[in-house]
Amino acid sequence: MSDTKANHPTKLARPSGLSFKDKVAELLPEGGNLNLCLTCGACSAGCPATGLEGMDPRKFLRMAALGMDEELTTTPWVWMCSMCTRCVHVCPMRINIPQLVYHARKSWPEDKKPRGIVNSCNAAMKTEGFSAMGASSEDFKFVVEDMVEEVRESQPGQENLEAPMDKHGATYFLNQNSREPVTEPDEMVPLWKILNMAGCDWTYGSVGWAAENYCMFEADDEKWEQIVRTKIKAVEDLGCKYWLNTE
Amino acid sequence: MKFTVQDPCQLVRKTFGDPVADDLRYVVKAVVGEENFIDMWPNKSNNYCCGGGGGYLQSGYTEARRYYGKRKDEQIKDTGATYVIAPCHNCHAQIHDLSEHYGGGYHVVHLWTLIALSLGMLGENEREYLGEDLCDCGLCTVDDE
Ligand code: SF4
Ligand code: SF4
Repeated sequence: MSDTKANHPTKLARPSGLSFKDKVAELLPEGGNLNLCLTCGACSAGCPATGLEGMDPRKFLRMAALGMDEELTTTPWVWMCSMCTRCVHVCPMRINIPQLVYHARKSWPEDKKPRGIVNSCNAAMKTEGFSAMGASSEDFKFVVEDMVEEVRESQPGQENLEAPMDKHGATYFLNQNSREPVTEPDEMVPLWKILNMAGCDWTYGSVGWAAENYCMFEADDEKWEQIVRTKIKAVEDLGCKYWLNTE
Repeated sequence: MKFTVQDPCQLVRKTFGDPVADDLRYVVKAVVGEENFIDMWPNKSNNYCCGGGGGYLQSGYTEARRYYGKRKDEQIKDTGATYVIAPCHNCHAQIHDLSEHYGGGYHVVHLWTLIALSLGMLGENEREYLGEDLCDCGLCTVDDE
């Protein structure tokens, strides 16, 4: 966690055109308040990423204010901030640091971004369910039906268990994280039981069933928007009233 | 036996705020019994992220992710709870890893597991994340992690 730069005077680049901060501010409501920092440090004190890569949210913002764009857009710290927004919550000026982080992520070339995140995004784009683990909708359907059948037969009281797929007009369209169908399908069962017991009218959908969206973490606007729009359309096409996605 | 709950940033701070955190506690207390529930501090909208969000788990920055999660791990240990209820996938995976990595040994369960358990309808194969202490009812093939 050593910061070699901290001990040396920093030469600031001569501004040419809009700085990184100003460009981001143009995209945010109220400019993300990016110019209002009081340097109080409340953000950094409560940020679990403080100290990683010699960085913290206040410092990140100060560097933006000073136009240190090269450092901002290359520090791996932007992948170590979880964009949890706690800094915004405690900031007296409601400064949107995570949006600054998001845009710094965006400025990384794809081949330099963390492989795991890029691969998860790309895997999702290849399936109609948008599964970051690359699970096809056929496989998802198979696993769900298989589990339902097994539970119905083996667990007394669960003879009427259901996990509907593509049920038209259901009230709730429920997303499912890929991790369950792929690695631990039994973990889905308690959820189904609760929904059934509560008499909830719900369904999974073969289009856009996966809850995760790694393209958003990758800060690939085009892809994550496509994922969200397609999922919304899937909910509408099935005539569902609510879309349930907790991620 | 004490239970604490992780307020997922996505659900609470970033979306529905304290009202949903209160709803969450209403359900958790109904399930585990009010006297068995203990909150972390700070909590609700002011809670610390566990370090599973933002793609962290897939980013390859494992060391940084655990450094980040240390604060969460300490917050949990301070409660003395043996169970952490994690109503979000990323939280579940991350806190599970923190428990193993830092040796806390607390269990991490999905909320649905405890709801189904309290309703007497949690199947034998649905107890992966429960500790030995909750594997009664003659159902559990002890698979304590
Ligand atoms: S909490 Fe807000 S005002 Fe205070 S240092 Fe951080 S960004 Fe600046
Ligand atoms: S959003 Fe990033 S900078 Fe802000 S508190 Fe969370 S991890 Fe820290």
